Amino acid sequence: MESKATAQSSGRVRNCSICNQTKAALKRPKTLEQICRECFYQVFEDEIHRVIVDNHLFKPGERIAIGASGGKDSTVLAYVMAELNRRHNYGLDLFLLSVDEGITGYRDDSLETVKRNEIQYGLPLKVVSYKDLYGWTMDEIVKMIGLKNNCTFCGVFRRQALDRGAALLKVDKVVTGHNADDIAETVILNILRGDIARLGRCTSITTGEDGPIPRCKPFKYTYEKEIVMYAYFKKLDYFSTECIYSPNAYRGFAREFIKDLERIRPRAILDIIKSGEDFRIATSTKMPEQGTCERCGYISSQKWCKACVLLEGLNRGLPKLGIGRRGIDNERNSRKSIDNKKCGSLDF
Amino acid sequence: MACNGTGGCDSGCYKDENDSTNGVLPSVTNSSNTNLCLKCKSSEIIAGGTGFSGGTNMKLCADCFRGNLYGKFKLAVSANGMISPSDNVLVAFSGGTSSRVALQFVHEMQVKSQKNFDASRDRSLPVFGVGVAFVDESAFHTLPSHELDKEIEEIKLIVDELSPPTKAFHVIPIESICLSNSNSAKDNLNELLNAVSDKTGKEDLMVQLRMMSLQKTALENGYTKLVLGSCTSRLACHVIASTVKGQGYSLAADIQYVDSRWEIPVVLPIRDCTLQELNMLCKLESLKTMELHNGSRAGINGLISSFVKLLQEENPSRECTIVRTAGKLTPFHFNKIPEEADDCNLQLASQRRRKKFNLKSNELLPPESYCPLCSSPLDKNSISNLAFENGHTSYGSFVPKCCSSCQFQILPKEPLHMEQFYSLLPQPITDRAKDGSCRSQRSIREQIQDCLLSDNEDGT
Repeated sequence: MESKATAQSSGRVRNCSICNQTKAALKRPKTLEQICRECFYQVFEDEIHRVIVDNHLFKPGERIAIGASGGKDSTVLAYVMAELNRRHNYGLDLFLLSVDEGITGYRDDSLETVKRNEIQYGLPLKVVSYKDLYGWTMDEIVKMIGLKNNCTFCGVFRRQALDRGAALLKVDKVVTGHNADDIAETVILNILRGDIARLGRCTSITTGEDGPIPRCKPFKYTYEKEIVMYAYFKKLDYFSTECIYSPNAYRGFAREFIKDLERIRPRAILDIIKSGEDFRIATSTKMPEQGTCERCGYISSQKWCKACVLLEGLNRGLPKLGIGRRGIDNERNSRKSIDNKKCGSLDF
Repeated sequence: MACNGTGGCDSGCYKDENDSTNGVLPSVTNSSNTNLCLKCKSSEIIAGGTGFSGGTNMKLCADCFRGNLYGKFKLAVSANGMISPSDNVLVAFSGGTSSRVALQFVHEMQVKSQKNFDASRDRSLPVFGVGVAFVDESAFHTLPSHELDKEIEEIKLIVDELSPPTKAFHVIPIESICLSNSNSAKDNLNELLNAVSDKTGKEDLMVQLRMMSLQKTALENGYTKLVLGSCTSRLACHVIASTVKGQGYSLAADIQYVDSRWEIPVVLPIRDCTLQELNMLCKLESLKTMELHNGSRAGINGLISSFVKLLQEENPSRECTIVRTAGKLTPFHFNKIPEEADDCNLQLASQRRRKKFNLKSNELLPPESYCPLCSSPLDKNSISNLAFENGHTSYGSFVPKCCSSCQFQILPKEPLHMEQFYSLLPQPITDRAKDGSCRSQRSIREQIQDCLLSDNEDGT
């Protein structure tokens, strides 16, 4: 249904439709209601609080690491978590956990933002770097493999890095700032790419409960536009540039589509997530066989975890190892000892 | 958040992507002297280099291309028990390329069947009957009547050329689903559509009305199956559309080969053919087709069409992958031809289906209810959310029975508009809502049919 707001006169500014006392300052992206700033902060924060409570995301006394990149999602997440923790007495111990991929001109700048957040929000910060963990920075990786498939490397490494950092901090859970737009994009992406197994999992608000560290997404129903709006009005400090290595990732198609969709029908984003939750996917196809990596002990459905496979490729000058569908078994057995760069000393 | 490359290749490597092929031949280098068909290796490939087959880049000659396409049709029909010798099949023909090819293939199958019948000594297997239906939507499009007549004439000509065996031709005015006389029925229908303010809702409602008019004609004229020309491309758009409208639960129901929710089961024999292939076939064999009125779609449906078209340009197998993904969703119990005890073909098809989807018995249970507007099966968990205040109004019990998508995009929000809308709804829709329980009764009845001694419930 087209917005009610467009039918109203654009001449005079109305009162906030929630409190009816202050003048409306904005149109809420999710519902197109015209409300004032204070009411916006309230509905924004309340909705997230409801999501946290209704989905039983946390227990009192838990240590929680907030994945912090310095971008808008994680900055707002840190701010709101700290605020709600205080306001509603969640009883949580919050930390900031940041990953340094080693991308000059991008990550070093956003890390500065996170360091400022540490001070501004009073949350202790831990930084884990690819260099320390894997012996490679993204700059070095890109120099070797070029601009194709670099997102695969970074994403796989980052997931493990977050888990390792979380283990170092001895936290019980990791929270990330994945928002409704991200999840909707992922649903569409998995349909386009034929990944039924991921399709069944990608709308879960908590994942990895049977792994080393569960992680959850309190922003699952929060619109990206509203996160930006919140950060803007609250004048929160964040770093807003695209990663310099992100090429025309396939996700871009889904993202464009969802942006166009949001313009016609804002609720479509939530509808996509709902569809994702409701898809009739046989439970037998949902979870792959779970084991541990032979090399480092990390959780893995294959013999070696993806990070080890990719690292092997990097160290042996085989950039395509682990990319695409072919297995690595035929490559592995034939080689002699490998001149490895120093890998993280942390074993699982 | 930045892109999520957890093991998948979603960086800019779509040129590398090999996840969506269905058996593409490994690295066939386009060497200068091979312009020969990859299958028979003797004839030239179709000019223009678009001898596509199944979305992969196999270059085929006209004959092999044709054979491949017909083969897909034939496999769909036989594997799903779509058409049996005793059937009377109604083919919905809009004039467009998809339904034209469906009609052509059904006709050829009928001809072959007739030949076998004539040649056989004992004449044991009868030949299935075929009728053709054209839905006249002039009530919505204000076409001048002489143009409409011309259109219908051309369609009739196409049908007449497809004989022997001769086929009955039915022109169905869409307003026939309203029981009143034709003029006020047209006005009523238009008023009904105008009451829907959302463009997408309007289009989706029209699709339902179209189906209802086809069902009515099929029922009244003794047809036993309804054939639609829905192809891979259309289904791919439908997959995205259902996802976007929050209808993920019911999606699996709409994209299977068979849909027996309706009185007359609906079958999709060219489900595995892409629009590109169908267009190519029509071009190669000069099959007459006609421009559709409602070509461009507005609102969300239009956006999705453009999106899928864009994806296709980037990767020609994309539509197939989308439909294949959705094909892995668990279908419903009505996604098969209703079985007769002694029809072993159908039983085999059923067994195969159960194995393929690993169906457990509880997944075969009929859903609690269906949306009266769009017939989507409703997840029992979602029904409790449909609370409604005005229980005492005429439409009070109707609204909560509709799915959330129809409630949002079709039903008017203002009570007065809703009242009027409800009064204009064709009776089959309101009946569906009233006896929603009848359908589940019917399927339970099917299970015990062989032990019932009387035809109706009170034993008379």
